[in-house]
Amino acid sequence: MLTYILRRLAVAIPTLLLLIIFSFILMEAAPGSPFDTERGVPPAVLANLEAKYGLDRPMIERMGIYIWNVVTQFDFGPSFTYTNRSVNDIIAQGFPVTLTYGTYAFIVAVLVGGALGIAAAIYHNSWLDYLAVGISIGAQVLPNFVMAPILVLIFTLWLDWLPGGGWRGGQAQYVIMPVIALSTSYMASIARLTRSSMLEVLNAGFIRTARAKGLPMRRVIFRHALKPALLPVISYLGPAFVGMITGSVVIDVIFSTGGIGQFFVNSALARDYSVIMGITILVGALTIFFNLVVDVLYAWIDPKIRY
Amino acid sequence: MTLLDIDNLGVTFDTADGDVHAVNGLSLKINEGESLAIVGESGSGKSQSAFAVMGLLAKNGRATGSVKLDGSETLGLPERKLNRIRAEQIAMIFQDPMTSLNPYLKIGAQMREVLTLHKGMSSKEADAESIQMLDAVRIPDAAGRLNMYPHEFSGGMRQRIMIAISLLCRPRLLIADEPTTALDVTVQAQIMTLLGEIQKEFGTALILITHDLGIVADACERTIVLYGGRVMEQGPTDALFAKPTHPYTLGLLKAVPRLDIDQDELETIPGEPPDMSRLPAGCPFCPRCGFSKPRCSTTQPELRLEGQLRRACHADVAEVAA
Repeated sequence: MLTYILRRLAVAIPTLLLLIIFSFILMEAAPGSPFDTERGVPPAVLANLEAKYGLDRPMIERMGIYIWNVVTQFDFGPSFTYTNRSVNDIIAQGFPVTLTYGTYAFIVAVLVGGALGIAAAIYHNSWLDYLAVGISIGAQVLPNFVMAPILVLIFTLWLDWLPGGGWRGGQAQYVIMPVIALSTSYMASIARLTRSSMLEVLNAGFIRTARAKGLPMRRVIFRHALKPALLPVISYLGPAFVGMITGSVVIDVIFSTGGIGQFFVNSALARDYSVIMGITILVGALTIFFNLVVDVLYAWIDPKIRY
Repeated sequence: MTLLDIDNLGVTFDTADGDVHAVNGLSLKINEGESLAIVGESGSGKSQSAFAVMGLLAKNGRATGSVKLDGSETLGLPERKLNRIRAEQIAMIFQDPMTSLNPYLKIGAQMREVLTLHKGMSSKEADAESIQMLDAVRIPDAAGRLNMYPHEFSGGMRQRIMIAISLLCRPRLLIADEPTTALDVTVQAQIMTLLGEIQKEFGTALILITHDLGIVADACERTIVLYGGRVMEQGPTDALFAKPTHPYTLGLLKAVPRLDIDQDELETIPGEPPDMSRLPAGCPFCPRCGFSKPRCSTTQPELRLEGQLRRACHADVAEVAA
């Protein structure tokens, strides 16, 4: 197991390198530059700017320098559009925000979605099942850019319970609405996945055996059915967790949280090359790591899987 | 002493195509320590009868009639009371040992929970008892097996483990639903021998559900032949095999390959098993029967005692047995 994990981590290095190279080439291929403005910059100024940020060198050379700086000094370079801020600063400031509300949203989505899915499967074709399926379809078709304004309307404008935006170091009243808005659609997916895989497991032969052994239904469900039913859900949770903790531009913009999702989209629009690269590498590394976590969890649950 | 008394048991499933009558008026009695075979083709309702007794019918299934254990009704009991009967009084083993054990739990855990739940044993006591039971079903090195998972065993070994699990609470009746169908022929014989030995050793009554007449002859004292959810013929196994009086039993026996006579071709019963949602008004076997009379398609024959056997057929015994 340990050698498997080490091997997977070793494979992660070339994977990340490839990710950097492809992203670099794609950015290069996109038209425009960080210094394009409506009025145009005088050629002399532009030449100075490009020299300062090293854009006058050929792409291969820039890529080499970039990778070198990342590997040796963990330095992702200066931002092209935010003056005097480095990419490391931006991530250090924005990532804790999305990590916080993303983790809470993940917990809410897993607990509520899992419970809904299990209940729906146990009471298959009853009103509870229809209610759970109804809620999850409702949550699925409400995208967060609809959900978020509705939440603001209700809890800020009508009820005046929660502030409409801001972060203030992650105080509870600022976190609640981002968490709800982010978690709903994930919650819906988890509920539907759990329900369908639970239904399948409940029809398995070993569940009939467990019932024939005279075990109470609660034990049959939680001891015998839950683990296998969760396997497909867990493989969904890995990438979903990464998606949640790296935030969402909609949440960051509507609730002014200062999270990383907003920087990601803004940097892409402004051709802020170094910020794009920094956040891409962050998301890539997290994806690789949590896929590894999923695989390790699989081996822990399913005794037939041994690495 | 009658252990289980099934009277006029019916099993019906609500499906999109209407009601499917899987079992129609099955009656049987089994005494302590007795062995009984229920024989029939796929879809004859034999497994569903067993599920009805255990309260394990699918959600769209309904059981009617009466199932009495020691004289008290078990049909329609709440789950909580059924759970005192399951494993403690009546245990069941299933067709496919590859799927009937939980692949995610160790063998030890799957045995232990039966004893801690039903007998209130500590984990330690339960493990000791489990090891004894694995010994009893001839699993070598039983103590080391508790920490293994089902996929680490062969099919025959898994069925032995299933039998061991079913016997943990010393049930008075064991229902074996096609226990050898999914196994190799050599392993089949071992499992059947084991079931016979276990039955003597523990004094357990046995209901063996099978479509394989070959294993019935040695294993069971009495046999019931089911077709289309109805009893066609029943009686002592020896008498039934020696001189079957029902056309369906006759057909089944002729379809068993024999080594003692020269056979170019195996006899088959023409036609197909009936559609259980559209059973004919008369005898369900009538469309495939070589002895059918005009009234067979309209009137269901009663089950009547003739000689040693009870049979449901309009044709004369002499005509069929000739």
